[in-house]
Amino acid sequence: MAEYKLTTPLTDEDIIKLKAGDVVYLSGVVYTARDAAHMRMVKALDEGKELPFDIKGQVIYYVGPSPARPGKPIGSAGPTTSYRMNPFAPRLIALGQKGMIGKGKMSDEVKQACMKYKACYFASIGGAAAVVGSAVKEAEIIAYPELGPEAVRRLVVEDMPLFVCYDSYGNDLYEMAKKEWAGKFSLA
Amino acid sequence: MAEVRDVSVKDVEEAIYKLALEAAYHLPEDILEAEKKAYEREKSPVAKKVLETIFKNVEVSAQEEFPLCQDTGLAVIFLEVGQDVHFTDGYLVDAINRGVERAYKDGYLRKSTCHPLTRENYGNNLPAIVHTFVVPGDKVRIIFDAKGGGSESMSKVQMMKPADGRDGIIKTVVDWVIEAGPNPCPPVIVGVGIGGDFERAAVMAKHATLRKVGEPSPDPVLAEMEQEIYEKINNSGIGPAGLGGLTTCLGVHIEMEPCHIATLPLGINIACHVNRHKEIVL
Repeated sequence: MAEYKLTTPLTDEDIIKLKAGDVVYLSGVVYTARDAAHMRMVKALDEGKELPFDIKGQVIYYVGPSPARPGKPIGSAGPTTSYRMNPFAPRLIALGQKGMIGKGKMSDEVKQACMKYKACYFASIGGAAAVVGSAVKEAEIIAYPELGPEAVRRLVVEDMPLFVCYDSYGNDLYEMAKKEWAGKFSLA
Repeated sequence: MAEVRDVSVKDVEEAIYKLALEAAYHLPEDILEAEKKAYEREKSPVAKKVLETIFKNVEVSAQEEFPLCQDTGLAVIFLEVGQDVHFTDGYLVDAINRGVERAYKDGYLRKSTCHPLTRENYGNNLPAIVHTFVVPGDKVRIIFDAKGGGSESMSKVQMMKPADGRDGIIKTVVDWVIEAGPNPCPPVIVGVGIGGDFERAAVMAKHATLRKVGEPSPDPVLAEMEQEIYEKINNSGIGPAGLGGLTTCLGVHIEMEPCHIATLPLGINIACHVNRHKEIVL
């Protein structure tokens, strides 16, 4: 397991050195989007319109933060469950998206897209939302403000700790970790 | 004849307001204790790191600037009303909803209710989901449960066959929690409702998640089933955040009621590692 410091936007070179289980400290801009925002982005593509941001090399964080208190850029901001974005992620990866941040399993189609187009799915710790929220330096709503917590935000993060979950070689950290620790509770 | 006791719904509103804020920022002590015990036993270095992050999260949140989780949940309320209580000063459910709305606004908590089809967010986290039970006495017990969507989505009711019995129930629960894997934010608390009918199985399962973590059922048959499920889930290897380890589940809590001779309803409700609930008796 290696550790890397990376800054967005990510390149193919960044992605191909990452292996499932590696720890990444991510800095720079990440965009937030969940179900409702993804539905709108895909609809925009269907209608031949532009996405609210240039997706090439970008990382999308699946999160719907809690409201910011006065003087703070954002509230709590832990990952939401990623499988709900299964229908959308492969299409955006094909357009150049390099990473997704979330929690929980995604589909085989997402794994295939990560391999084909060189992208990674990063796992964050669900429920550690106060810790992540307090590490966000800037936040700005850039699209769909009427969606409230589901609006698309442009975040600036510094050394956001992530685990490489699906790499561009078809490896799956959740499966690997489960295999390694299965059956050991009774022995402990 | 027992005296009727007046309880103002304004007091209920204030109680809900306070419970909602406390739940969002302060993890129940028993859950933190269970997580610390799990940390001592944990062998995976990654799992230890995840648990340390969870402990840090509890500390950061207790300063009340960032809620424990950005998903501050639907407001689920278990209300036990003594039959000698008479509510005054308005309609009880309106008062509960006012308490929820004010807490979610003043506390900078996320508003998570939406139209099921258009997905339009209502912006006030209403309505609260209220389960009311009439009990003996003249007190009102309010349990506030801030239920997040990730763990709730990994829950189900299954109408089992009576022949499936004890072992069938255990297998169904274990397989289901393992299949859910990292999605509901492990280490989880597993609530199980056996019997009753279709909807009672679900209500029992959710109610069971609110028991003190790891406290066994007073029914020795159920306590044994709880222990067996607990060990099997923790032997899955899923671990905290699904990143591998010995700590997948902090407790399994079963509730049971009689059922129809033709049925064996089974409810499974999963609570995440920030299982936020607070209670008060008025």
